[in-house]
Amino acid sequence: MKSRSPRRRRTGGVLAFLCVALVATACGSSQSGETAQPAASSAGAPAAKPEPVTITVWTRAATESHTKALAEAYNAGHDNKVEVTAYPNEEYPAKIATAAGGKNLPDLFASDVVFAPNYISQGLWQDVSASFATLPFKDKVAPAHVKAATQDGKLFAMPHTVDISVMFVNKGLYTKAGLDPDKPPTTLAEFAQQATAVREKLGGDTYGTYFGGNCGGCNVFTLWPSVWADGAEVMNPEGTQSTINTPQMTAVFDAYRKLFTDGVAAPASKDENGTTWLGALQKGNIAIAPGPSAWLGLLEEKGIDVGVAPIPGVNGGKMTFVGGDVIGISATSEKAEAAWDFLAFTLSDKVQADLQAKSKSTVARTDIAATDPRVQTMNELMAIGRTPYALKFNESYNDGQSPWTKTLRDALFGAGPASALPAGVEPITQSLNQQ
Amino acid sequence: MSNSQRVRDRAPVAAATHRSHARARRPRRRSSGLVGLAYASPAALIVGLFFVVPLALVVWMSLNNWPLLAAPTFNAPANYTRIADNDLVLDAVVFTLKYTAVVTVLLFTISFGLALLVQRRRPGVGLFRGAFFLPAAVGWATATLLFFGLLSDQIGPLNDMLVAVGLIDEPVSWTAGDPEVAFGSTVTLVIWRWAGFNMLILLTGLQTIPTEIYEAARVDGASAVQAFRRITLPLMRPTIALVLCLMVTGSMLGFEQFYILTRGGPGNSTTSVVMVIVREAFVRFNLGSAAAMSVLVLIALVVLNALQLAFIRKRTQ
Repeated sequence: MKSRSPRRRRTGGVLAFLCVALVATACGSSQSGETAQPAASSAGAPAAKPEPVTITVWTRAATESHTKALAEAYNAGHDNKVEVTAYPNEEYPAKIATAAGGKNLPDLFASDVVFAPNYISQGLWQDVSASFATLPFKDKVAPAHVKAATQDGKLFAMPHTVDISVMFVNKGLYTKAGLDPDKPPTTLAEFAQQATAVREKLGGDTYGTYFGGNCGGCNVFTLWPSVWADGAEVMNPEGTQSTINTPQMTAVFDAYRKLFTDGVAAPASKDENGTTWLGALQKGNIAIAPGPSAWLGLLEEKGIDVGVAPIPGVNGGKMTFVGGDVIGISATSEKAEAAWDFLAFTLSDKVQADLQAKSKSTVARTDIAATDPRVQTMNELMAIGRTPYALKFNESYNDGQSPWTKTLRDALFGAGPASALPAGVEPITQSLNQQ
Repeated sequence: MSNSQRVRDRAPVAAATHRSHARARRPRRRSSGLVGLAYASPAALIVGLFFVVPLALVVWMSLNNWPLLAAPTFNAPANYTRIADNDLVLDAVVFTLKYTAVVTVLLFTISFGLALLVQRRRPGVGLFRGAFFLPAAVGWATATLLFFGLLSDQIGPLNDMLVAVGLIDEPVSWTAGDPEVAFGSTVTLVIWRWAGFNMLILLTGLQTIPTEIYEAARVDGASAVQAFRRITLPLMRPTIALVLCLMVTGSMLGFEQFYILTRGGPGNSTTSVVMVIVREAFVRFNLGSAAAMSVLVLIALVVLNALQLAFIRKRTQ
């Protein structure tokens, strides 16, 4: 047998060292996993008090303050501690995907409610149906969120932040233009009329409305309620077939398209990809615009006298898109019991009531009365609102390269809804069914 | 003693001396080998852990259906064959090639021009070198966001300024209106951010050319253009090769400028190949398919850079 040269032996040694280093790294991570044995596993023995544990929670920047406020409230009165880490909104889905691939998910992670079906189908959350059934207020928890987080009769996530789409009315501009701010539009045509009236009467830097014309997710949130309110659907209940080519959707796009071409909507609406949406409304020069309910407090902070109205249907009625985030216990968590304790706490009466008063927005319970009539309007809308269901929601509607984003751009700024909507049905349906 | 006898007598002595020298040298050689290994091992370890292992993992991933949590299943070559079904890919490849060609030509011309401008030491040249290089000190993603703000009609000053001086009648949508305008905005950003950086590399190349050669050429009556063509360009080939490789690779892997500034729009007109890979991995969760695309991009880059280097070497010879 040929003997190995010293150089080859040395190379072998280096490779062996590399392998050992890799194995050691792998062992290190598994050991750290073992040291974090959950108190939950010993919770079955009532005699021994479980050791306090730290529950890790991930959330996106949009809901960071909300999650941190809940964690602080929990930490103040519990032995277990909740540690929140927030990530930029855009990077958050990638962060979840990367962590899941590396089996490094935290104990709890929140997600945009529309992405929940996909995360559930990927097996990223644990089944919490049994624990949820024990809650005395289970029938009063945001129904649209519960529905979106349910698959095959099992519940995998709980509402975390509820953010619904509403119309924000700038009362000061309405009054200046001679309109009654307490009589918001009840149809899409009235919305267009009021926005146009303000633009025509005040002119200059004041515009009638504003919308995210380069943002798929924004328009799903603000346009679809007008379609639903009029009895039409945007896709089938299974989320596999697009039905956007309806007279209602055409009417909605016609209205917004006209507002833009007539110069009633601020010109930046065409570029708006969501990044400067809040900033645009906070400037105080937009008369009426759809937006997320969570912005009420943020608009008031800037000294704007804001009114809240439901998004009207094409020919009347009212509806809302129940967005926001749901939160679930990750499939790899070994502290499920402690994590559930935190989730149940966040939905409890006092926490939700405090949260509502502080955030000036709707919360995850339908039975918490609000003192602010605008928040009460939001609560009532939330109870009837909808969260659309589709496994491939993000790639079909929210993502910048989604077929919906292309369709809406064509409908608003291109050929128009009459040709863009029929052309959009097939690619959206294809995307919804893509494996 | 005959000569042959002397040789025979000396032979064992020489052999013994050689052996003793060999014995004396061997530990030194072995110890110097160990020292060499010690010097090389940190780099080898880093390359192994952060390049070879991930690369092997990506190739393996590209041969499997790789869900986020469940165990992967071997499905080769489905991830590769499925790429053709992705409508975005072909457009993204065409766009990325167009972008690479435009950016490489413009960026190289401007960078080289700037380097030639600030080549000679003269009063105030340091200020210009600093000013040209300054954008490179801003993080790439930060610079892109800065441009997004500047170009935004909602929060940026550009439209207002241009309307005020009468260059445009109404606000222009710089990032989401006309596809060519959005493309132009991106190219402008890339040149603003990277011209100074490439200028610096080219400047170091220019400064390695001895001034005596230029003086000799001038004495021989060579014009400035002739000196540039016959001296500067041939002696700059290695630096030019490096800069072109960096530009082509950077452009082919372009992501931030599109992701932040144009979001790949309007109408997917500025969607780059890397954006499609990121979308495949982190929006559609098809990690295997994204890995397959990454492997193909890697191969394309290796081939492109090899061709480029071979061409430049051939010209040099």
